[in-house]
Formats: sequence, C-alpha cells, structure tokens
Amino acid sequence: MNLTLRIWRQRDRTKKGKMVTYHVTDVSPDMSFLEMLDVLNEKLILDGDDPVAFDHDCREGICGSCGLMINGIAHGPEQTTVCQLHMRSFSDGDVLDIEPWRAGGFPVVKDLAVDRSAFDRIISAGGFISAPTGTAPEAHSTPVPKKNSDAAFDAATCIGCGACVAACPNGSAMLFTAAKVSHLGLMPQGQPERDSRVLKMVAQQDAEDFGGCSNIGECSAVCPKGISMETISRLNHDLLGALRAGGVPTS
Amino acid sequence: MPLELFTVGEPIADTTAPRDVPLPDRWNERKFRARLVNPANRRRLSVIVVGTGLAGGSAAATLAEMGYRVKNFWFQDSPRRAHSVAAQGGINAAKNYRNDGDSVHRLFYDTVKGGDFRSREDNSYRLAEVSAAIIDQAVAQGVPFAREYGGLLDNRSFGGAQVSRTFYARGQTGQQLLYGAYQALERQIGLGNVEQHPRTEMLDLIVVDGKARGIVVRHLITGEITSHFADAVVLASGGYSNVFYLSTNAKGSNVTAAWRAHKRGALFANPCYTQIHPTCIPVSGDYQSKLTLMSESLRNDGRVWVPKERGDTRNPKDIPEDERDYYLERKYPAFGNLVPRDIASRQAKAVCDEGRGVGPNGLGVYLDFSDAIARVGQAAIEAKYGNLFDMYNRITGENAYETGMRIYPAVHYTMGGLWVDYDLSSNIPGLFVIGEANFSDQGANRLGASALMQGLADGYFVLPSTISNYLADGPFPAVDATHPAAVEAEQSVRAQTERLLSINGTRTVASFHRELGKLMWDLCGMERSEPGLRKALDRIPEIRQEFWSNVKVSGEQGIFNQNLEHAGRVADFIELAELMCVDALHRNESCGGHFRAESQTPEGEALRDDENYAYVAAWEYTPEGEPPVLHREALEYEYVHLAQRSYK
Repeated sequence: MNLTLRIWRQRDRTKKGKMVTYHVTDVSPDMSFLEMLDVLNEKLILDGDDPVAFDHDCREGICGSCGLMINGIAHGPEQTTVCQLHMRSFSDGDVLDIEPWRAGGFPVVKDLAVDRSAFDRIISAGGFISAPTGTAPEAHSTPVPKKNSDAAFDAATCIGCGACVAACPNGSAMLFTAAKVSHLGLMPQGQPERDSRVLKMVAQQDAEDFGGCSNIGECSAVCPKGISMETISRLNHDLLGALRAGGVPTS
Repeated sequence: MPLELFTVGEPIADTTAPRDVPLPDRWNERKFRARLVNPANRRRLSVIVVGTGLAGGSAAATLAEMGYRVKNFWFQDSPRRAHSVAAQGGINAAKNYRNDGDSVHRLFYDTVKGGDFRSREDNSYRLAEVSAAIIDQAVAQGVPFAREYGGLLDNRSFGGAQVSRTFYARGQTGQQLLYGAYQALERQIGLGNVEQHPRTEMLDLIVVDGKARGIVVRHLITGEITSHFADAVVLASGGYSNVFYLSTNAKGSNVTAAWRAHKRGALFANPCYTQIHPTCIPVSGDYQSKLTLMSESLRNDGRVWVPKERGDTRNPKDIPEDERDYYLERKYPAFGNLVPRDIASRQAKAVCDEGRGVGPNGLGVYLDFSDAIARVGQAAIEAKYGNLFDMYNRITGENAYETGMRIYPAVHYTMGGLWVDYDLSSNIPGLFVIGEANFSDQGANRLGASALMQGLADGYFVLPSTISNYLADGPFPAVDATHPAAVEAEQSVRAQTERLLSINGTRTVASFHRELGKLMWDLCGMERSEPGLRKALDRIPEIRQEFWSNVKVSGEQGIFNQNLEHAGRVADFIELAELMCVDALHRNESCGGHFRAESQTPEGEALRDDENYAYVAAWEYTPEGEPPVLHREALEYEYVHLAQRSYK
C-alpha cells in the first residue's frame, strides 16, 4: 500500500517545528508502524535528508520507549504501543498525521522524541518501598491475599510510555501516578509509607508541567496496558485519607 | 589450526575464590576475608555504573544505599527501559517451597550441567547460594509475584530442572523485577546519592596507571563528549545478541561499552557462546527490525511439524496427517516436543535447510495446537496461553487457534562476555563487570529463568561485597579531564565520530548491520563448521573495510543523531563478529549453544571434548591485522562429575 505521512519535524527543544509531508510506497501490511518509519528513514538517509527521530527500543510493547500520535490518537487506532501496531490496520491511500506526545510535561527533544523525565521524578519523590538491600525478611513471612496481589500486578504493568498524558485534554499525569500509588498501596509491604507516598508523588506531579485530572478517561482508553480508572479513585481515596490523618499537602 | 588465526598467551586463573575451604563455605569465607570500608569513609569513594538493567540498576541502588557516591549512566531516556524489562518467564531460586527436594546444591548442579560443564564451579555455586535472598529482597520492594489463594508465592517449572523453583509475575517477571530495582534506584537519586546521566552512551574506558578510573561518554541529545571519573567502574551493559542484527534483544542493545573496554585491555571470554531460542515468531520481510519470543511453555501442548514434501505450500489444514512430519516426535520419541532449546532449534533449522520450511520465506515450522484443542477444548488452551495467542495474532494477523503458529529459532542471549574473576573484577583493576555483560556463571548454555537470577545476584549481593575489598585501597589520586589518558581517550572518541560522519558513502548503517547479521546467522549461528567459519573470517574484514569507506551516516555530531549512535555500535559489532568466529573456529568441540558440525555423536547430538577444551577462552585484543591472543583458564570440577548430556 501507499501512504502519505505528515510528520512533525523539530530540530531541538528550542527551535520551532512544522509538519512535513512524505510519501511511502510498497508498505507491507505485516510491517510494524515503526518498521514503516525505518524504511522511510533509510530512504531519507540515502537522499541526504535528516531521518525522523523517534524513541524506541524493545519493539515488543514492554519497555515504554515508543509513542506517537497518529491522527490525533496516542499510539494509533489499536490500543497497543506503536511498535506493536501493524500496517494492516491502515488502508492504501491513507493520510496519516504523525506527531509527538503533546503535553506541557513532555518537552520535545527532536521530531517525535520527547523528554519524559518528569515521570522519573514522580517515582523518585515517593514511588517506592524503602527496603535497602539486605534488610528483607523471609519472603513468606507476610502472606498477601491473591486478590490484592493480582490487583497490584495489574497496576504495576504500567510501562511509563506517557500515552495517558498525551491523550488527556488537560495533559494530566494522574493515571501514571495512580498506577504506582495503587500497586504499592495494595501490598502489605507498602503500608508504612502509604500516606507519605501519595502526598509526595502528587506534590511532584503538580510541580511538573502536568494539568489536573477531571476524570475524562481518555488516558485509560489509550493505555496499552489497560490501566484502569479505578486506580485514580484509589489515589484520591488514599490522598484524602492521608490528609485526614494529618498529612500536609505540599502543593 | 593455522597459527595466523590467533596466538596463545599465558594461562590465566581466578585467584580470588578461597579454594582452601569447601565449596559451600567459599562465599562466606570470601566475604570474611574481604577488606571493608568504614561507613563514614564510603562517601569519599565514587563508583561509575554503566547500565540500569537488573544488574546495573540493583548495583547502583545498593552501592548508594551503602554510602558510596554513585554515578549512573544509561542510553535510554529512563532507567526503567533497560532490556531486562522484556524478560518473560521467571526467576529461579533454591527456596524449596514445593518441598520437592530442591536445595542450593541442586540448583548449582543443574546450572553447571545445563551450562554443559563449561562454567566455573565457584561462581555457579554462589549464584545458587544467594538466589533465595533475591526473592526476599524483591518481595520486600513490593514486586507482585504470582501467589496462591493462601497468599504465599507460587512456583512453576522450567526447562533443565525436575523441581519447581521458578518464581514469576505472569509473563512479565523481568518488568516487575526491574521496576523493583528501578524504584530503589530512583529513591537513591531522590536522596542525592546517585548522580544520574540519562541518554548518555559510554564510548571509551579511561585507564590510569593500570587502573580503570573513568569513562568517556557522548550525550545523545546534545552530542557533547565528556569524561567522568571515579575510584572504580562497573559495566552492566548487557549482551551482544544484536551482532546477528535480528534477535529478541531491544534495538538499542549493543556491545559498545564492553568492546571499548576490551580494546583497552579487558579480556573477552567465550564470545562464541550464544543461545538460540526455538520458539520465536519468524521473519516476515526484509524490513524486519527485530524478533519476538513466544514462551517455550507452548511446547507443552503444541506439536511441531513440517510437510513431508519440499515446497508444499498448501494451507496447513489441507495437509493430511500422513503427509506431515512431526520430526521432533519422530527423532526424539522419549522427549518429543519438549527436547531442550538447542536441539529444538537445530532441528528446525535442519528441516528448513531441506526446503521443507513453511511460511512466506520458508523459514518457519508449525507449532500446532489442534490436537490439544480437540482433547481439552479451546477454552482450556485460552486460559493457559491466551496472552501468547493474542500477541501472535497482533504481530502476524493470524488466528493460531485455527491455523497453529509458525515459529522459528532466534538469538536471544549471550553467555560470553568480559572475563571476570570470583570478585567480578575484570583483569583491569577497578573494572568490574556484572550481569549478561560478563562471561557469567552460565557456561556454554543458560537455563531458563537463570538470567534474572544472575543479574540481581551480581547487583544486589555479590558486587557490593567484592567491590568494597577493592575500594578499601582508595580513594585513589584525583584524575581529571586534563590527564593524558583522559585526553587521549576523548580524542579517540572524537576522531571516530568525525570519521563516521565524514565518509558520506552510498550504503546505510542498517544495510551493513543486516549483512553482518545474516552472515553471522548463516555461518556462526545454530551450527558452525570449519569451512563456514573460514568463509566468515574471509568476509568480515571485507565488510569492515567497506563500512569504513562507504557508509553513509546522516546529520551532525552536535544534535540527537540516532544514525550516528547506530553507526558506532555496528562498527563494534563488526569487530566482535570476527572474534566470535575465531573463538568458534578454535573451539573444535560442541558444547551447549556452540554446535560444531565436526563434533557430534553418531545420533547428531553435541559432543564435548573435555580433554582438550575444558577451559574458558579469554581473548586479548590486538590491533587490526594482528591475531588475537588466547589466554586459557582451566576449568576444574571438584564437586560435579563431568558427563555427556543425554536427552534420549
């Protein structure tokens, strides 16, 4: 199939960007979306043009490196990562607008690559259980009900790709933060820091250039791992609990 | 063996394991004899850690918790993205929670046997010994392992073992363990104990007065080339499967950090030991950028077959039973479809080489579930493997419940790596190597669920003890970017970068990488032979020469330039490929993942030659045009009886 691509090109964080049109021909339906971009890039290189920059690594939907807007939808039409999106989801003659994540919290690095270090700072603020190496008790000393363990796992599958932020009209990072608050808050090991964790993570989220959550749900609808809106309820529940227990909001 | 391929240097030996005490006591004894650093003095000592996977992430976090000043470097945007994240199956530990006779000694024995008797007993024993503490540590961090209804941890079995000792978190065990280490690391970053360097690639090692004292890096966004210094350097930069271009590794996985250290004098051990996984989704076209693994657990219910006739392109459903060749069941009646990984891989290649492969390019075999579905119903198969069938469907667009899967082997792990002693120190003082990047505890073949175990054992428990023994001599005299060794290293990095950008030839970096990968896959892949390896050794220098005269690298140095990054990595893969072929050619025996056509039993199984090859081949780098130097480390087995592996 033949496609027309309109791709966001931006040299670096400080320069203005623009949409540039490219044509790709003989696209196989079995190609992944990123392989289609690889083919375009090899052609651009041989033509002496600058290839399109995009983050990617594992190409099996687990590292969370890749992410693009395709016709305004984060990761495109299939609710998976773009590395697992295949060209059979498109038709001959399609025109595709390809843009980076658009969010205040994710400045553009180049073309389709953005800076998601704000996510790391949110984790750094409190997204952990303090258990320095060597301090651990025997693994079976605390049984964890399977129901809680399974729910914690579901929340813990978040890959930190940022699609939730890109899809949110407010550019909110709520689903990302809520997934980690839920994962750790559902485990008995996570209880001692439960209040301080949610306060610190929310404070850091607010300190970054993310918007507020107004429960629209676009985030969960594009999440390649299907992280549920329930995690946001849990975050709000934990946050209220922490404030009632005398926690001081830091933002 | 003609002399021009390599020369033989002095033998080497590990001198750090206390062999004067019995095997089970050695790790404790080593820790006791190791010198310690007073907690108050640790903040005066700094350590560079390259990589944030299971090994690097756990080491950086742990060293920072102990009080050392850590500088951590990685090439992705976040430490959470290291390729350990993609490991699916599980992590072994000798907990004996199933009461099925597991023990440290049994895990040790299985590891040495699984590695086809080419690993060091001391290291493999220690790996088994610390395995249980890894599970405790991960649980304390909140890693959501699979549990049973009583709230206790679940286990499953994996290949090469008769006990159930594998802990798992659905099909995402690597992801969950990595996030545990990542969160511990982020905590230390937040506390100011770790200086972080994201999107930074190590391009050289700085050796001062014989000691590893720093690294030269390129910042991938700004292109800035800088030097960084510390009292010790730890490489946790992963494996080199991407020398084959197509592998299950992430696109960014590379050998550059390890290879540049090798060029500064670190010995590279057993580079030809690579593991090829039998159940991956086959290549679909020339544009293919990577391969995806399908868990080998599928072989419990799937039957592997190809048509009896060559070039039979009928729909598999239209091929009658008596025109199908269930070749594994036919050749290995006792084990059938559950033969070990290396055998399943080689047999798939053999039937495809005969022209009986299936799929668009004839490189695939069927993994058919129709019998299992008829026996237990589709719902039962869905419950067991639903996510794998979905993943297969997403990638191929085919419904495997109806047509079965097409699978083919792919490279996914490398047992070789930089040579280390029991302390995980390379032969360069101050340079430590952990995880897949070292030549490891796995011998010539790794058992399933043992890679995660080794990465975390090295990072959480082994390195933090052994590196302190080294750092007890520090702090070493301050070094900065004006030191001649640093100036020289930085200059060589700049020169290579400029050279790559100035060639402006007619072929892309990817085209060289694909050519090299195909050559290695064909001639140094699942089956190696002297004529094939010699052919590869003739061709690789030609590829290298053409690369350096005709590659076209786009853009400039001072911006985010992924093509330039790739070019530097491919240049190193070309050099590594040559050493792999020399190693494969010199090792005229079959062992584990290394199968030499010349060395097989009458039944076609791998035949070891313990008399001549029971050693680690540690290679010393020599400048282009001079043969590498082989240093042998004899492998002595005191506790394990050498035996030919048999699956009959």
